[in-house]
Amino acid sequence: MRIHSSISTINKKNLKCLSQNGLFLLVLKILCGIKIDIKYKDNFIERNSIMDVVLLSRIQFALTIGFHFLFPPISIGLAWMLVIIESIGYKNKDEVYVILGKFFSKILALTFAVGVATGIVMEFQFGTNWAGYSKFVGDIFGAPLAAEGVFAFFLESGFLGLYLFGRNKVSKNVHLFSIYMVAIGSTISAFWIIVAVSWMQTPAGYIIANGKAQLTNFWAAVFNPSTVIRFLHTVDAALITGAFMVAGISSYLILKGKESDIAKKSMKIAVIFGLIVSLLELFPFGHESGREVAQEQPAKFAAIQGLYSTQTGAPMAVFAVPVMPPPELKAKVEVPRLLSWLAFGDFNAKVLGIDQFKKEDLPPLFITFVSYHNMVVLGMLFILLTLVGTYYLWKKKLWDNKFLLRIFVWAIPFPVIACELGWIAAEVGRQPWIVYNIMRTKDAASASVPAGDVIFSIILFALIYLFIGSLYLYIFVKEVKHGPEGNLAKEELK
Amino acid sequence: MDLNITWFLLVGVLIMGYAILDGFDLGVGVLSLFVKDDKEKRIYMNSIGPVWDGNEVWLLTGGGALFAAFPIVYATVFSGFYIAFMLLLASLIFRAVSFEFRNKVASEQWKKLWDTLFGIGSLLPSILFGVAFGNILRGLPIDNQGQYLGSFLGLLNPYSIIVGLLSLALFALHGAIYLTLKTDEIIRNKILSLLNKIWIIFTLIYAVASFYTFFEAPFLFNEILNNLLFWISFIIMLGSLILIPVFINSRQYFKAFISSSLLIATMIGLAAISLFPRLVPSNLNLDYSLTIYNASSSQLTLKTMLIIALIGMPIVIAYTIFIYRVFKGKVELNKESY
Repeated sequence: MRIHSSISTINKKNLKCLSQNGLFLLVLKILCGIKIDIKYKDNFIERNSIMDVVLLSRIQFALTIGFHFLFPPISIGLAWMLVIIESIGYKNKDEVYVILGKFFSKILALTFAVGVATGIVMEFQFGTNWAGYSKFVGDIFGAPLAAEGVFAFFLESGFLGLYLFGRNKVSKNVHLFSIYMVAIGSTISAFWIIVAVSWMQTPAGYIIANGKAQLTNFWAAVFNPSTVIRFLHTVDAALITGAFMVAGISSYLILKGKESDIAKKSMKIAVIFGLIVSLLELFPFGHESGREVAQEQPAKFAAIQGLYSTQTGAPMAVFAVPVMPPPELKAKVEVPRLLSWLAFGDFNAKVLGIDQFKKEDLPPLFITFVSYHNMVVLGMLFILLTLVGTYYLWKKKLWDNKFLLRIFVWAIPFPVIACELGWIAAEVGRQPWIVYNIMRTKDAASASVPAGDVIFSIILFALIYLFIGSLYLYIFVKEVKHGPEGNLAKEELK
Repeated sequence: MDLNITWFLLVGVLIMGYAILDGFDLGVGVLSLFVKDDKEKRIYMNSIGPVWDGNEVWLLTGGGALFAAFPIVYATVFSGFYIAFMLLLASLIFRAVSFEFRNKVASEQWKKLWDTLFGIGSLLPSILFGVAFGNILRGLPIDNQGQYLGSFLGLLNPYSIIVGLLSLALFALHGAIYLTLKTDEIIRNKILSLLNKIWIIFTLIYAVASFYTFFEAPFLFNEILNNLLFWISFIIMLGSLILIPVFINSRQYFKAFISSSLLIATMIGLAAISLFPRLVPSNLNLDYSLTIYNASSSQLTLKTMLIIALIGMPIVIAYTIFIYRVFKGKVELNKESY
């Protein structure tokens, strides 16, 4: 609920009365059938403004995308980790990597299934909850979604089936090819969905005609100013997620002495790969991403950085507690002039603060600041951890450092959290616009959907996701504890 | 042929692709509700294990293509069918995870839970597919602004429910035929005795539904009776329907599967021919209908999308055929199975 802090304070009263009415009338509707339904609908429109449906649809979208987005970074990251593992095994003809491949592919299959299941909702939710938006941007926004299906979904799902079930049915070449296709497919999928969300942030290649956005240049829309950097930033985040997943699980196996010879091989790969991708995430991807926001969306930049007054030689807040109202940073630790350099490559550059923007054009300040800064902190932690890990690996002391291994186990969820935080900073930072500077979120919801229906679906999805999320964790832990089917297991069978 | 008509055809092809491919795995899911034995259930699930996910992508791509080509239809129909869609999505979520979850805990009750969710998660989409089709065929309450005025319970009218049962029987038939290709003699014999019954039920519902359509949506028949394409499709459809038991009885199961695929394709084809050029008729006033012209994207978007489809879909079809060939033949349960 924090995500919508600014709006939710305005509407808390409305929401309370609405949810009571909505639920009550929903029960009536189920009990009494169509006639009541029509009456209720008429009453409802009189009593509640469209704003309430917008707020509810935002809550639903935050819930469904927030839950869905836990899984794709793991899938993409693990798929590429498996590409590395399977390729080494293929090249060296080493059975150990086949065992590793089989083991991690179970986690991939589990994650992928939940990702697909929750992803279906996303494909249709623009139409169900955001009909106003869909009608306005359909000419542009639908194409990347369709392209994602054609170029990515078929590829990853088809070849995942082949990879998981085809190990003994196809040649080694085709089997290796299939995991490459899964990884490439999931990355292409990331590309097209990032094209779509980037267009909402930095729209390009369109004109407004007859009250709708109309495509004028496909490539300009696809490669709008934020697509490329957002794609690199996000996919690299997924690679970090995959590396930490493999590192954490391997650490666990080493600590428990379960097939630790096998787990040491995957640990080595994960730590070194993790260091490379964590460094790349800071520079150039994170840095360039910040520059892009500063140039294209100065209001969002001011909000995520907590820069409340326009300054030349602006400092960067490393730590602070934002309070409202009036917007203010308390207990702040700053690095002088760093923000100006970060944004424009010049320590004396002028950076716009939030005082430059109208209140109704600003995103929520607290949530954007906090999520962005915690993401950065986590990003630094990834570099630190993998750097220390690599050092101990180099000194051949990693396997004895129980403390460090234990930290790696606990760090498994950190990249996933960082991904969520980054996404919150990006998407909440876009508010109050659904398409930046073109369409406001409040004008985008479905006019024909009553608030009671949206409340029903929020409850439905909340319950389902709670259930499925818990089972995912339960089975995930079970699979990890079971460990790979290595030589030990084979000997036990004998 | 202009771009709007091309996209009408392409969306139609995507819906056919979805109904043929996901149709058999939904059907297998529905039939699994009637199976008691655990090993038999696993054979059912594993017969579609490697391919169901790819099949469901046809639905996702169809949704994306509809959004891109006819955004007004996407927005109007999906927000109009709100509660129905939420139930569909909930079923598909449970169905998708049941494959991965079912065998991960060694408990009878746990398995039973996921078997039930898998079965219902297949049953509900099978019915809703027809219910949605039925509602579109009879027309939706759409006003002159293209705004949907109906409610969820309004979707559950007798006609649409019959079309819903029709699609359920169709997918069950298609799924049963698919299973004859994937199972050994013993299980296959059980399926065969069921198959004849499903065929008879389907044919009866089909006759009722066709007859009903004359009264429920007479406008569909205004022009098509002297359309050659309509009659060709109709003859192919009847032919495939009759050939299914012929092939089954002569043990030519693959040909029977081709026949049921053709049956699905031509049924959707007939619906498309009678709707054309409308996409969603309005039952308030036919002039308010959403058509391939008033609900479409710009010509540039349609052209761009056509290029994407022409580049992408041949590749998709090529590797889909390849993957199906790899998993051809009877299901064998092993360590990697669900």
